[in-house]
Amino acid sequence: MLSLNNIEVIYNDVILVLKGMSMEVPEGKIVGLLGSNGAGKSTTLKAISGLLKPEDGEVTDGGIVFKGEKIHHMDASDIVRKGIFQVMEGRRVFEHLTTEENLIAGGYTRSDGAQARADIEMVYEYFPRLKDRRHQTAGYLSGGEQQMLAIGRALMAKPQLMMLDEPSLGLAPLLVQEIFEIIKRINQEQGTTILLVEQNANLTLGVADYAYIMESGRIVLDGYPDDLRANADVREFYLGLTEVGSRKSYREVKHYKRRKRWLS
Amino acid sequence: MELFIQLTLTGLTNGAILALAALGFVLIYKASDVINFAQGEFLLIGGYVVYGMVAQFGLAWPLGMLITIAIAIGLGAVVERLVLRPLIGEPIISVIMVTIGLSSLLKAIVSTIWGNQPKAFPPFIPSTPVNIMGATIGADRLWAIVIAIVMLGLFTFFFRRSKEGIAMRAVADDQQAALSMGISVKKIFAWAWSIAAISASIGGALVANIVGVSQELSHFGLRVFPVVILGGLDSIPGAIVGGIIIGLLETYTGGYVGHGLNQVAPFAILILILMVRPYGLFGQEIIERV
Ligand SMILES: Nc1ncnc2c1ncn2[C@@H]1O[C@H](COP(=O)(O)OP(=O)(O)O)[C@@H](O)[C@H]1O
Ligand SMILES: [Mg+2]
Repeated sequence: MLSLNNIEVIYNDVILVLKGMSMEVPEGKIVGLLGSNGAGKSTTLKAISGLLKPEDGEVTDGGIVFKGEKIHHMDASDIVRKGIFQVMEGRRVFEHLTTEENLIAGGYTRSDGAQARADIEMVYEYFPRLKDRRHQTAGYLSGGEQQMLAIGRALMAKPQLMMLDEPSLGLAPLLVQEIFEIIKRINQEQGTTILLVEQNANLTLGVADYAYIMESGRIVLDGYPDDLRANADVREFYLGLTEVGSRKSYREVKHYKRRKRWLS
Repeated sequence: MELFIQLTLTGLTNGAILALAALGFVLIYKASDVINFAQGEFLLIGGYVVYGMVAQFGLAWPLGMLITIAIAIGLGAVVERLVLRPLIGEPIISVIMVTIGLSSLLKAIVSTIWGNQPKAFPPFIPSTPVNIMGATIGADRLWAIVIAIVMLGLFTFFFRRSKEGIAMRAVADDQQAALSMGISVKKIFAWAWSIAAISASIGGALVANIVGVSQELSHFGLRVFPVVILGGLDSIPGAIVGGIIIGLLETYTGGYVGHGLNQVAPFAILILILMVRPYGLFGQEIIERV
């Protein structure tokens, strides 16, 4: 459904961030994209959704093909209309709008007005808590509710491909669990293909059909969740230690060494 | 008591017109952070175009008003497309300087077409005196209040209920997030400028009807500054309430305290209010959540 072929992304004409990134997202599946901070995961998603332009980033090489069509030079609003919707990192709800107005904004590209309004109820079925808060200013929702709202906005657009950028960021474990279950349900019930960007490898491998691991702007490893779980590097750096937050600096040191090994 | 009613009605007229002018200003600021120094010239253009349509071409005033609105939409879109879009990504201060240049340009265009002499406006809305609770006021002023209130109601409805209005507020909140849901920020900016031009030119037409047309009309635009600072630079209800408060304050001080002070009083009150509410009465506070 979506394929990235050797794409290169440069910010401000000089900073090379993606260095020959390739991946495939098959229709109807959940694909995970894992990697530590600064690996280039968000940049990958923005390259797909056309959101690089306002940040002065550009796809300078390679290509992005969605359903047989090259999309890497299209405007963000055309890409949304083609059926790709990115839920940005950090939730990015419209703070001064109410919950419901946020959802209406999510369905902006739809032309079936009445049906779009009806789909607000569909979002509330997935996230009953949002219904209680429907007339509240979104800026005052809790972090978890804001993440639900961000996903709800995506649902309103009825995308074929939903890309989620670190939905677990800053949320309590129980809430993360809940959100991942809903992501799985959206995939099954709505048939939405999902590209899930995460640092939480354990949970991601739990819901994904296939996963990629990226380091410094390219894919270093990919495979089925079971195979990745069995891989020694993944066990050590993405599964073992991601659960222990306190050993971060240690992890980064080791990471660096291991990264060199992968790249050589 | 009669004096009070008289002053209140006059103040409301000025206030409602000020609110129309301020609304556009707030809209542009809200959507794009740009302070539009040409807002007063939008009033000027509105006044003169209606003058042209009604006094020179002899059209019926509702028709003249509609044509003025159409021209305002075009003007807003052209300004956005030719002047502001090339500046996207430039520092906001450059854009603001450009609006100052734009204000001179628009003034020059008006004086090229219509000359510099003030012209009596054959009032398109008759100023037949109307008696309200003992006070007399021109029907034109009452109409100005009615038209301004209807317009403000329409705009409020637009921002609260329509998809485009909600999208416009979304862009004001977070441009990139708005872009990520397929909202075209360029289109929204063009809309903001067009609506600003519409509301200001209707305001201009209403003032012109009462006092005639002259380059002075653009000075009316300067009075939007206390209004928007009072109401909150980024608040649509603030523009409306701020306009009415300033309009009333000016006429009350003019009527009770003495002429001359009426231009000063609003600023004095403004400073007092800002000491208590630094974002203005309705300005959006930065939402900080932990
Ligand atoms: N707008 C930008 N301009 C310049 N460099 C950027 C920009 N956005 C991201 N980068 C750089 O690109 C790299 C990858 O960032 P990002 O894609 O956000 O990584 P991730 O999402 O995996 O944490 C980082 O080194 C970051 O500093
Ligand atoms: Mg990121």
